[in-house]
Amino acid sequence: MKTILRLTNIRIISQVVFLGLFLFAVWASWTTRIQGYPVSRFLEIDLLVALSTLLSTGLVYRFLGWSILLLLLTVLFGRVFCNWMCPLGTLHQFFGWLFNIRSVKERQEQNRYQPRQIIKYSILLILLISAAFGTLQIGLLDPIALLHRSMATGLSVIWDFVMSSASFTDLQLAPGTTERIFTGSFWIGFVFVSIIVLNIWHPRFFCRTLCPLGALLGLLSLFPLFRIHRDRHLCTDCDLCLTRCEGASSPEGSLRLSECVVCMNCIDDCPENALSFSLPPRITTPVSPAPDITRRHFVFAGLIGLIGFPLLRSNGKVNDANYSPLMIRPPGSVAETEFLKKCIKCAQCIRVCPTNVLQPTGLQEGGIEALWTPVLNFNVGHCQQKCSLCSSVCPTGAIREISVTEKLGFGEFKQHGPIRLGTAFINRSRCLPWANEIPCIVCQEVCPIAPKAIQTYDEEVKDTFGNLVVLNKPFIIPDLCTGCGICQKECPVTDKPAAYVTAVGESRSQERRLLLRYRTNPEEL
Amino acid sequence: MPTTFNRREFLKRVAFASTICGGATYLAWAPEDYPLSLKDFTGARSIPKPQQFTLPDYRVTLPPGVPEIGIGRDMTTSGRLTKALDAIGGLTQFVQPGDVVLLKPNVAFDRSPELGATTSPELIEVLIKRLLIDCRAQEVRVADNPIESPADCFAKTGIKDAVEKAGGRINLPDGNAFRILQTPGAELIRSWPCFYRPLIGVTKVIGVAPVKDHNLSGASMGIKNWYGLLGGQRNQFHQDIHTIIADLSIMIRPTLTILDGSRILMRNGPTGGDPAYVKPWDVIVAGTDQVAMDAWAFVNLLQRDESKLPHYLYLAEKKGGGKIDASNRILEVS
Repeated sequence: MKTILRLTNIRIISQVVFLGLFLFAVWASWTTRIQGYPVSRFLEIDLLVALSTLLSTGLVYRFLGWSILLLLLTVLFGRVFCNWMCPLGTLHQFFGWLFNIRSVKERQEQNRYQPRQIIKYSILLILLISAAFGTLQIGLLDPIALLHRSMATGLSVIWDFVMSSASFTDLQLAPGTTERIFTGSFWIGFVFVSIIVLNIWHPRFFCRTLCPLGALLGLLSLFPLFRIHRDRHLCTDCDLCLTRCEGASSPEGSLRLSECVVCMNCIDDCPENALSFSLPPRITTPVSPAPDITRRHFVFAGLIGLIGFPLLRSNGKVNDANYSPLMIRPPGSVAETEFLKKCIKCAQCIRVCPTNVLQPTGLQEGGIEALWTPVLNFNVGHCQQKCSLCSSVCPTGAIREISVTEKLGFGEFKQHGPIRLGTAFINRSRCLPWANEIPCIVCQEVCPIAPKAIQTYDEEVKDTFGNLVVLNKPFIIPDLCTGCGICQKECPVTDKPAAYVTAVGESRSQERRLLLRYRTNPEEL
Repeated sequence: MPTTFNRREFLKRVAFASTICGGATYLAWAPEDYPLSLKDFTGARSIPKPQQFTLPDYRVTLPPGVPEIGIGRDMTTSGRLTKALDAIGGLTQFVQPGDVVLLKPNVAFDRSPELGATTSPELIEVLIKRLLIDCRAQEVRVADNPIESPADCFAKTGIKDAVEKAGGRINLPDGNAFRILQTPGAELIRSWPCFYRPLIGVTKVIGVAPVKDHNLSGASMGIKNWYGLLGGQRNQFHQDIHTIIADLSIMIRPTLTILDGSRILMRNGPTGGDPAYVKPWDVIVAGTDQVAMDAWAFVNLLQRDESKLPHYLYLAEKKGGGKIDASNRILEVS
């Protein structure tokens, strides 16, 4: 009696297609492949990203308006996104299915509605209130941002290792690079593996209990046009519809619309054909539309949201006083307070960076508030002159889209000057020519600025061994330095480089400027 | 499970125990040269031995009387390449049908070709076509280990497009692509990690280098180009750059070296960065003596004083990398 063209099969095809699109976007986010692919679309249709950045900034950046498609879909059909499109939902469902060795009876018990499922609404409320105050933390739990971050910083390294061993370089995410590292990726991977492993304990624990996007879509699907209907006259109360219920949404009783992820499994499993997904028929069972949030829950979560922002901000890592010299943001980034209103920690910039200089921020640079936002670590790489990929993939405008012309301060941007990420300094007590009478100046050689922002005092000395050596002792011209960090990257004193860049002088902030004015050659004007 | 313990069972278990323990004892304690021995009493056996290799001499013997260095002047890339190569007997002298050729351009930086910091893509394209069509080479590989992101450097210098258009193959360096190169005559890089993978099965090697100002050594030309085949901590090289470049002149003996004199970076090298530093010109130098070629290019292309020749050329001459004096070995065609 089962046909091939069941709704559940169509759903699986849809899930595979969307997961495939997601993985393709990760693969295509590479300097030689990107070529205009809209790799940020998943995050741009993510309604939670749009809503929370709307709350924090008051505006809708670039393509975030596409999320209206998701709004429309949800208002008409319920949480279709969760079980038909969301790549993380697909992974959860797959692993829940793979690990599930329980009997039918046990599964039915597992898939009953649990009171803890209201936790996600509290999480949503806390995150939205914090966003309205100016600290955007949805990225910690938003499924798309979480999955992309885990892919970009954790799984990509494993994947590339396997593909390199098998010589499938076309499938590698970062072909032609030596070892790529992502600082702190252990904890990103740990979170990802944990929420996957939780599926063994309870299927789709993350989706049912933690996911803030699911909560938002749940609240939007309270009055859908189409929904699951149960015909009470046909129903024998056998509970078989619970066997594979993905949302734990009580299809056996009064359906909880905010929990139902429209997986259609119950329709498949009903031996009496009592269930259907349709417009409201004349006879149907009542639903319990609103989630069980009481006023107490609401007030409690609201209070946590209210104290969240001052607590995070007074931590004193992201403010203009006491900011970390290591907090160097990608070119095109907006000033720090605005940045924290926009960055969703999706790690698309980190994924697309060809030199691996972009790293997830740890607690050292930005405290808990800036955790996993992008930061430049010039011990790992440097910011390439002719590259503005991170700014072009950023879905929320934390890194404003810039062109290479604007980055370098050429053409029409001449009067603004180049975008400065920070300023280089020379540590004379570690620099080989300064401290050890050994010729070097790699930093000056690789400096890409014309004329070079590193110049030298030249001196001929007799060293301890009696050899005459010419020492070129480097110093920085801060007016010319853009803080690209290649001097730090290439410095042979590799553990704590003698040439190093710190955040001061970055052009995104007035408060973090260094020079009163930028000197120029009067002949050039 | 038998409840009583009989003799057969006893013997079986004793035999089992002695096999396991005896085998383990042999593996752990047998002298190190015995077969299957796993003994490592001093820890010396567990120290990894890096895979090493040496480079063969890629030069070809030429008929006597042919000049070693050809200089071609023409308005088009293909014209000046033809003239330079014809002066030294033509490309088919050097590459025979069936050869696997490695081209080593300078793709060190993520810069537009107009800035003169890298080899011109036009020259690479013409050269690969000649190698594949005129010389019927089996395969042309193009490899370099740039300072910046390899994928970006090849793409944005235009080399990637040129190679793909002409039918060559690009080898990007990754973590598994390096092995220790042994260079017996070298002073400082006697054993150093070298970009090994593209060299597997190669029969001919051609260096295609731009002519650039270089802050520390004076100029970066044909010999300095081989820097890009090495990996490891190259940033230490600057502590004695002249000895390093002299070592490079004997590290590899290329079939042919080509100096690309179409965009000469006159100052702020080796990165350049301003088109104003670049002098467009119409010269290509091809030849087999890198030292003489570099000396000629230093004087004639970079237009520096002959008395200020980079120190590394003298060191390279002493090491046997070539001879600075090019008189009677040079032929100019324009």
